Amino acid sequence: MDIATIVQVIDSTLRLATPLLFACLAGLISERAGVFDIGLEGKMLIAAFTAAAIAYVSANVWIGVGAAVLASMVLSLVHGVASITFRGNQLIAGVAINFLAAGITVVIAQNWFQLGGRTPSLTGDARMARLQLPFADAVRDVPVLGPVYSGILSGHGLLVYVAFLCVPLTWYMLFRTRLGLRMRAVGENPAAVDTAGISVVGLRYIGVAIGGVLCGLAGAYLATGLSAGFVQEMTAGRGFIALAAMIFAKWRPWHAMGAVLLFGFLEAVANRFQNIEILGVGVPVQAMQALPYVLTVVILAGFVGKAIPPRAVGTPYVKEH
Amino acid sequence: MTSPRTLALTCSAFALAAGMAQADSPALMFDMGGKFDKSFNEAAYNGAERWKESTGGSYREIEISAEAQRVQFVRRLAEAGSNPIVVLGFANEPTLNEVAPEYPDTTFVLIDAVVDLPNVRSVIFAEEEGSYLVGMIAAMTTQTDTVSFVGGMEIPLITAFACGYAQGVKAVNPDINVIVNYTGSTPAAWNDPVRGSEIASGQFSQGSDVVFAAAGSTGLGVLQAAEDAGVFSIGVDSNQNHLHPGSVLTSMLKLVDQAVYDAFTEGPGMETGVVQMDLASGGVGYAVDEHNEHLISDEMMAAVEEAKAAIIAGDLAVHDYRTDSTCPAF
Repeated sequence: MDIATIVQVIDSTLRLATPLLFACLAGLISERAGVFDIGLEGKMLIAAFTAAAIAYVSANVWIGVGAAVLASMVLSLVHGVASITFRGNQLIAGVAINFLAAGITVVIAQNWFQLGGRTPSLTGDARMARLQLPFADAVRDVPVLGPVYSGILSGHGLLVYVAFLCVPLTWYMLFRTRLGLRMRAVGENPAAVDTAGISVVGLRYIGVAIGGVLCGLAGAYLATGLSAGFVQEMTAGRGFIALAAMIFAKWRPWHAMGAVLLFGFLEAVANRFQNIEILGVGVPVQAMQALPYVLTVVILAGFVGKAIPPRAVGTPYVKEH
Repeated sequence: MTSPRTLALTCSAFALAAGMAQADSPALMFDMGGKFDKSFNEAAYNGAERWKESTGGSYREIEISAEAQRVQFVRRLAEAGSNPIVVLGFANEPTLNEVAPEYPDTTFVLIDAVVDLPNVRSVIFAEEEGSYLVGMIAAMTTQTDTVSFVGGMEIPLITAFACGYAQGVKAVNPDINVIVNYTGSTPAAWNDPVRGSEIASGQFSQGSDVVFAAAGSTGLGVLQAAEDAGVFSIGVDSNQNHLHPGSVLTSMLKLVDQAVYDAFTEGPGMETGVVQMDLASGGVGYAVDEHNEHLISDEMMAAVEEAKAAIIAGDLAVHDYRTDSTCPAF
């Protein structure tokens, strides 16, 4: 394996990890605030569709991204109303969102564009441009620095950098601000927060809304950055992989980044190498493609230490009288 | 004055006529990937529409969205009295083996696989011959002596594309490296443009400058990636030259539209059995139009046409991977 191959695989890893990272942080924040978010997949899907459709119509990718965030937040609001205000089952509400998104995107796309549930291909300004970082061309031939800076770090859509920037931001918000402290408290012991005179419902809505924004960005990147348009079910289970990464990371932002990079790397390797020889034994591509899912099962079976969720997650808060 | 009795009679006569028209009308069932995949299914749709325009008839159509619907939908079409029923895709071989014997008076047409039943016409294409020709074009275009292939599901049908392509490439220059990748091993592989473009990008980084995509909707991602990277791509099934003019070198044509049109035109009384669509019968080929004619020089055209004539005359045999699961060019 030569340097160019390694650079290409890591470069691809960053791209593939980006939607996972947004979705993973979305689930993390929402669950830290005490609301299960099974609906990551659905919110990403509706965001992907909205981003592609609006970017196509307006010929401007950023209007598409904005619309995607709005669409995703609308579904978050539905989730919030059902599971926070009306204290419905959070898992069922999430599953309903997934089904709703899977159906409604195709129906609207078919009605709007008459292309069999897909949007037209995006071109020009309707696609997310790949940014060249400053001096990327100048240092291209420098050993070590060249491949790392020009080959791997440079040349991604803006949202890739935003995603990785969201990791320290999420960490800071959760662990260094008053809002974060309260949000975590709401996820662990909402009664205590309520006793202190702070609105449990309000904080949980904030958590779910932030999740909506992040899912919107995830879907928008998928449709305008990673590919050029929407096709039905294009999220292809990434929302659930993100959920697994979140549990893998035990609801911690930095670890979440590590987990999604691992999943992104596995996907990149499976794409790049169809058959790998490990110690003289050929590993078929099917095994590589199944690896993220196998890993998820292994993680969920508890082989990687105990993953303890926030204590109050999944239980609607009922005020004591 | 019209008596209620006459009215009722007229109504029932109309209903009967409507029912008859419905019963005689042909039907078309699309495969996974969707009616407007710009490729395989869309070709079939175009054939059906052409029949509709030229005859003024009407047809029923149905799109499946899950594997489990195959048997259910074919049965529903047969129950509704549609005849003939054209079913697209190799995955429907077991479907027709199950459903066709139940409706001996209905004629079924299966595209891309063979079912040996008296009321089934099986249309198969010599994909390896068309792929051979586009392989030659790829080999004469590449500057890097590396070309590549992105398949959908890894199945013998798609490997036959890859094998024919590789043979065409090697016929021009045996030293050219052919990279062959598949998107996956489940039907989802036909519908994942994100993965298609990532795989293609990987191939470009390995030096490929011409990529042939035989992967349904996934291929749209491959073609897009090729345009983004400034290299050439080759479309499949339908003429995809117009998708990215200047970047799509040519398209390997598989005249699914003709197969559907023929079946609809011949109607329920058609001859059943195996219909072979190859270069000789014009069932496969390559596309040259205003979008790509500047990419294909006269010498290239002459070489390809020469090979085409040799294949039709039987002087040049292109190996079909499906006959013995081996490929001389891999």
